[in-house]
Amino acid sequence: MLNISNAPHIRNMRPTAAVMADVAIALLPVCGVGIYLFGWQAALTLALSVITCVATELVYELLMKKPVTVGDLSAVVTGLILGVNLPASSPWYLPVLGGIFAILVVKMLFGGLGQNFMNPALTARCFLMISFAGQMTRFTQPFTGTDLVSGATPLSQVQGGEQADLLQMLLGQHGGTIGETCAVAIVIGFVYLLVRRVISPRIPLVMIGSTMAFIFLFQLCTDQAALAFSANFLLGQLLGGGLLLGAVFMATDYVTCPITKGGQWIYAALIGLLTALFRVFGSSAEGVSYAIIIANLTVPLIERITVSKPFGYQKKKEGKAV
Amino acid sequence: MKSFRGGIHLYEGKELAGGAAIVTVEAGQELLLPLSQHIGAPASPCVAVGDRVLRGQLIAQPTSFVSAGICSPVSGTVKAIEVRPLLRGKGMVIVLENDGQNESIPTLGEARDHTTLSAEEIRSLVSAAGVVGMGGAGFPTAVKMAPKDADGIKTVIINAAECEPYLTCDYRLLLERPEKVIGGLKVLLRLFPNAKGVLAVEDNKPDAIRLLKELTADEPSITVRPLKTKYPQGGERLMLHVVANVDIDSTRLPADVGCVVQNVSTAVAIYEAVCESRPLISRIVTLSGEGMANPGNFEVPLGTKFADLLAAAGGFVGEPVKLVAGGPMTGTAFTEMDMPVTKTTGGFLAFDRDDVSENATTACIRCGRCVSACPEKLVPQTLATLASLGEFDKFEKLYGAECVECGCCSYVCPAYRPLTQNMKLGKYTVIKNRRANAAKK
Repeated sequence: MLNISNAPHIRNMRPTAAVMADVAIALLPVCGVGIYLFGWQAALTLALSVITCVATELVYELLMKKPVTVGDLSAVVTGLILGVNLPASSPWYLPVLGGIFAILVVKMLFGGLGQNFMNPALTARCFLMISFAGQMTRFTQPFTGTDLVSGATPLSQVQGGEQADLLQMLLGQHGGTIGETCAVAIVIGFVYLLVRRVISPRIPLVMIGSTMAFIFLFQLCTDQAALAFSANFLLGQLLGGGLLLGAVFMATDYVTCPITKGGQWIYAALIGLLTALFRVFGSSAEGVSYAIIIANLTVPLIERITVSKPFGYQKKKEGKAV
Repeated sequence: MKSFRGGIHLYEGKELAGGAAIVTVEAGQELLLPLSQHIGAPASPCVAVGDRVLRGQLIAQPTSFVSAGICSPVSGTVKAIEVRPLLRGKGMVIVLENDGQNESIPTLGEARDHTTLSAEEIRSLVSAAGVVGMGGAGFPTAVKMAPKDADGIKTVIINAAECEPYLTCDYRLLLERPEKVIGGLKVLLRLFPNAKGVLAVEDNKPDAIRLLKELTADEPSITVRPLKTKYPQGGERLMLHVVANVDIDSTRLPADVGCVVQNVSTAVAIYEAVCESRPLISRIVTLSGEGMANPGNFEVPLGTKFADLLAAAGGFVGEPVKLVAGGPMTGTAFTEMDMPVTKTTGGFLAFDRDDVSENATTACIRCGRCVSACPEKLVPQTLATLASLGEFDKFEKLYGAECVECGCCSYVCPAYRPLTQNMKLGKYTVIKNRRANAAKK
């Protein structure tokens, strides 16, 4: 039997599952360092998050008698990203509730993979931040097991005008969520994603540049304007909180970022603007997650205004039929 | 080296047939010559059933300015003029019974010096020979040779990119008959007094580039231009972008920006029509693909059935899964082996596996690979969805009709979505609607 189909007759050999597997691999250094720093609790939180995400998708599809799509590994990636956004000391119900919310409410109810308009993992994180503010900001200190320190992260320190230990921030030896503390691990993941051509550097770099520029500008408008010229303050803002993690792994989420090149510039710059607004003028130290999901909502609008002119485009001449 | 934005790097597959010298295939018992092997009005038969025809004799004549005649590749009798299945739907075909005598018209092969001919004489020789663009589009060549402003043509490009995987027919012509390729270019340059000639070859054919450079060393008006190997470099708009530094969209023709682009096989056909009194009655076809027993390049009389060509070339290995006429990116899949090789058939490929049926379509993840790959700077993800929903007005507003059907978006899609296929649906619907609207006015 001979097959018939319309051209083209050949395809690349890199299906969605392979792309998702690459993202998961890029997250391995981040997860690994998180487990090294925060111990078995971090591993447990990550595992619960991934298992819940995959199980939620599977159960939903079985109940709804839809084709099972967990093989595309997108739920694994969502689970990992949710996990690295949680504190290691999370009680078991945080990753479980978060995973169910991310997959069921944000993803499946809107039509499954590709149809959600906000990043599932981040939306779940924001849901947890609102519902369980205490547990979500009680960060484990590295190598200390269960000792909890509330609030005091390097990011809040630099914002308060204190000096932060930048080397420790690079290596991740401070309080924070499982994945956000170690800048080196995040950069390794970033390089892997670039080498594997999973993402382009456009969104992460524009977003980080925009964040730093707006933090500088906004800080000048505060009563601590002198801080804007402090290298320690600026680097602390860069390395602290979820900026790097968000720029590399969350703002670049295919489904919820613009598909057009021009749109990606606007979107990334917008995240930077919002992050700086929240960080400088907001009541909490952090704002990357909210900035990204708000920018997610503007994507359809951004895409509509950023369709580029086609190759060799010429304004139509009057009366000329094509 | 200058290239273009977008495009893709493909497995080239050229090693399968690239080393095989051109072999001439004898015509079969029965030949099928479709009246429409070109863009434009179909030719009209000028022979009747039962007539005896000679090799090289005109058997169907052009019916309008944009049309092309057809000459007989063999001597024999007209057996029928009837509708037969063809690659793209059914069509009228002149069926010839080959008598095996190979009796030619007396003038066939007569040498002629093109430098003594006027531009008008050259064009009418090309027109009488039935030459059309042999790269795939089949645009009548004599029309391309008669732009409004012949003096305004600055660049004549011989498109030797051959960017489609597996195909090597143009490559073999460059290696084995370079004097005819260059000769065709020289004939073209006679028509355009202010033009320079460019032989544009992808750099995956270094031996062809070297040979052409040697042969044109003493030709001040001809240059050899290596191109970066990237699909679809052979597309006309991208060829102009790289070689002539001009960008056009669907509203303009190359001639509007002072360029003429001809394919390698077409250049050879022009040379043979003008300098050897040989009408277009055969072409080089690459037989290749993993399912072909003896991949190679064959000079095939037009009208030869794929079945006869295959038999002459040694058949398949095992059972092929898919047959394609042309290249794998833009060619046509077919099953009926009693269809003929036409003027635009550059390849006959047999595959032992089919990427399309092996990979089920899944949900779009909006990764943007189609946007990056599109050489026309379109957004195939959105356009293909609009076309599949029947939203053709929006499709047109987002420039969907600029699609050149290169296939890059479908190729790169990790969800294996039929993007190019929907783009074609949208494009042809838009063109149809435009024509209907124009007719109303």
